[in-house]
Amino acid sequence: MDATLGQLVEQVRGATQARTPLRIRAGGSKDFYGNPSRGQILDPRPWQGIEAYDPSELVVTARAGTRLAELEAVLAAQGQMLAFEPPHFGPDATVGGCVAAGLAGPRRASAGYTHGGLRDFLLGARLLDGRGQLLRFGGTVMKNVAGYDVARVLAGSLGVLGLLVDVSLKVLPLPRAEVTLRFELGEAQALERLCDWQGRPLPVSGSAWCQGALTVRLSGAEAALAAARGRLGGEAIAAADASAFWQDLREHQLEWFAGELPLWRLAVPPQAPPLALVGAQLIEWGGGQRWLRSAQAPARIREEAARLGGHATLFRGGDRAGGVFSPLNPALLAIHRRLKQAFDPAGIFNPDRLVQGL
Amino acid sequence: MESAVVESRPEVLAALARILPREALLVEAEDTRPYECDGLTLIRQRPMAVALPQTEAQVVAVLRLCHRLGVPVVPRGAGTGLAGSALPDAGGVLLSMARFNRILAVDRRACTATVEPGVRNLAISEAAAPQGLYYAPDPSSQVACTIGGNVAENSGGVHCLKYGLTLHNVLRVRGYTVDGEAVEFGSLAPDAAGLDLLALVVGSEGMLAVTMEVTVRLVPRPELARCIMASFADVAQAGDAVAALIAAGIIPAGLEMLDQAASRLVEPFAHAGYDLEAAAVLLCESDGTPEEVEEEIAHMSQVLRAAQATRIQVSRDEAERLKFWAGRKNAFPAAGRAAPAYYCTDGTIPRKHIGQMLKSIQAMERRYGLSCPNVFHAGDGNLHPLVLFDDSDPDSVARAEAFGAEILEESVRLGGTVTGEHGVGMEKLNQMCSQFDRPTLDAFAAVKRAFDPAGTLNPGKVIPSLHRCAEYGRQRVVGGALPHPELPRF
Ligand SMILES: Cc1cc2nc3c(=O)[nH]c(=O)nc-3n(C[C@H](O)[C@H](O)[C@H](O)COP(=O)(O)OP(=O)(O)OC[C@H]3O[C@@H](n4cnc5c(N)ncnc54)[C@H](O)[C@@H]3O)c2cc1C
Repeated sequence: MDATLGQLVEQVRGATQARTPLRIRAGGSKDFYGNPSRGQILDPRPWQGIEAYDPSELVVTARAGTRLAELEAVLAAQGQMLAFEPPHFGPDATVGGCVAAGLAGPRRASAGYTHGGLRDFLLGARLLDGRGQLLRFGGTVMKNVAGYDVARVLAGSLGVLGLLVDVSLKVLPLPRAEVTLRFELGEAQALERLCDWQGRPLPVSGSAWCQGALTVRLSGAEAALAAARGRLGGEAIAAADASAFWQDLREHQLEWFAGELPLWRLAVPPQAPPLALVGAQLIEWGGGQRWLRSAQAPARIREEAARLGGHATLFRGGDRAGGVFSPLNPALLAIHRRLKQAFDPAGIFNPDRLVQGL
Repeated sequence: MESAVVESRPEVLAALARILPREALLVEAEDTRPYECDGLTLIRQRPMAVALPQTEAQVVAVLRLCHRLGVPVVPRGAGTGLAGSALPDAGGVLLSMARFNRILAVDRRACTATVEPGVRNLAISEAAAPQGLYYAPDPSSQVACTIGGNVAENSGGVHCLKYGLTLHNVLRVRGYTVDGEAVEFGSLAPDAAGLDLLALVVGSEGMLAVTMEVTVRLVPRPELARCIMASFADVAQAGDAVAALIAAGIIPAGLEMLDQAASRLVEPFAHAGYDLEAAAVLLCESDGTPEEVEEEIAHMSQVLRAAQATRIQVSRDEAERLKFWAGRKNAFPAAGRAAPAYYCTDGTIPRKHIGQMLKSIQAMERRYGLSCPNVFHAGDGNLHPLVLFDDSDPDSVARAEAFGAEILEESVRLGGTVTGEHGVGMEKLNQMCSQFDRPTLDAFAAVKRAFDPAGTLNPGKVIPSLHRCAEYGRQRVVGGALPHPELPRF
């Protein structure tokens, strides 16, 4: 075994033997995210680099410690991209952290073949479990139903099942062209409009509503964009401004994200009506992701998300001691506990980070 | 682990008869025989009983009873699976979900359909059609197979290259764990709290939970679709053309290949107009707005020509497009007519090895003395070699099985997988030993226990035992049929 990897394995075995918790941390760009955790730092960054990339296979395999920016640059040089547009939240973000956090950007809710979140593009992963074993799930081909799809469960697992070692991601060609349109619309009208567009063959690849303006991105062939523009109307935004807007939205660098109030993320069915909550809102993903800056009681915010058929996460700031994610029901919690026990019997990886007490 | 009492057959049957109406319980051999296999007819086993519940309460009652008595339960949809995933357990209950065939809701605003598990795949698209929507994954078996089976197998279809597999198009599954406890995976929101258990349940071959209700994502029907039929003088060139399309930044709506044997097999049956002199035919589809399709078809044609296509024909209208596809979609029935039996395997390999793989299969045809037309999802690298054999001749059966096994081994060797969309079931248990090491197989078993601690929901599928793998390793050495002696063995 490679010596760098060997050291990570040794650190995990030692921690399991001594039953001392490990806090997996690479670039630290997502330190703010999830429940407060504890433990000695396990840093996968020495294990970095792209293991395999063949553009015509539409798949890239990278080591967990690889910088996300480096991976995206390599893909862009070949005219390809990570279609789920993961937020970096800092220059040091790594591929492993990106997959463990499971977050996606504006393109998540796009129409057509770029639709989907991180897990939809995760083809395979190698995991270092609590016993210090290297397990390989999934693979590097587009379709694979051999065994349970454990790799995809690692997306958004926040490291509670083990250390991600390498991941294979499906990549896609960059859109041939893009155009961004803006519409002056109130919240309810914007939601209505988005709903209507979703059911029609339109090349929408991003949407954001805040402060009375709905911004929509279209991606695809030139001809398709021209046709869609004719149908949608709106005011076109200059290309440079548009790409800055989508980039700032993805990285939470828009003016809207500045401020001290707790930032909530509500994931709700896209067609859900406006939230009955107090606070400023930014709506993405055709209505499915609603960012809320609010000082309202966490219980009230969770209740509203649940009423609409979704869940709420205290994304940044606020009082995190009470748990930042919506609680699981007992049947699902029991399955979570048994999975945790199976992969991490000594309970060393990122205690509490995803589910308190786990 | 819970202690389960294993009761004798008459007691179990009497208990089942108390919770199910007479017409919902089959116990006589003549009645249970239709359920003794799925689409993989090489392996058969009659169950102790077949339960055909009509209400959700009956499903829960059957699960609770079987759980209490330690009786295995095997869920089943339409029985079109090709891997033996729905093979009954001799001492167990086969739980048919086929009667739950209602479409509960089609929501135009949300672009979703909520359906019972026994609803046929095609019925969802039919119900959504008036809204201009459809359910994208389209297995060739879509007139018959159920959404419950699709979820269990993570089924694909000819349009999955662009629109994704079942996994990418299912939002939520509601069901029961084997002890009758209600569970819900995923949600109508873009994600759900906690670990993504929906990703585990999809493709779990009915081993983790029983599906009672599914919400799928619907997508708008494209305004136009056109299909290119391209001929190649050599299978390797056709394989390279597939890679060239992708490298050019094109994601076709469908990209399928038929080799010459397959074209000749289906043509008399489907009259699709295939080029029977070509070594391989590629079907390459574009969909979208008329402007988009025109631009893409031109781009595709240019790439295909540069990749040595000897003939290119573009469908002029919808009738012609459907004709092109008719051959592809009727490959299995055509194989059924051409030989007493056929055996379809499902390895998936990196696209760049398609040509090499087809040449290896040609060599195997000679070695096993059986012919094997190939018709497959080239865009995904998902092969479906159809080994033709005679099921009344034990020697022919044995050769067909060995042929299929060798194709799977070769898929693993080329960096692929033993199954792209049909599942492992009973069929590919041996080759799972080649694709995964023991710690990973043990992890699968642990995942199974996390949902089903007693191991009574569809037991014995997907995860090979330690003993089986040792036996398989030995056989391959002793039989001398070891295709790749350079590989490490355990
Ligand atoms: C001619 C033909 C063409 C085919 N083409 C394709 C193709 O293009 N692509 C493709 O992917 N497959 C294809 N298949 C394979 C098959 O149709 C699919 O695997 C299909 O999803 C099986 O559905 P079913 O309802 O028949 O399920 P079954 O065969 O009855 O069962 C399959 C699995 O699902 C489980 N299951 C069924 N219902 C439930 C439930 N309610 N809850 C829990 N578990 C359940 C069973 O236990 C079993 O493990 C084809 C098969 C045939 C015969």
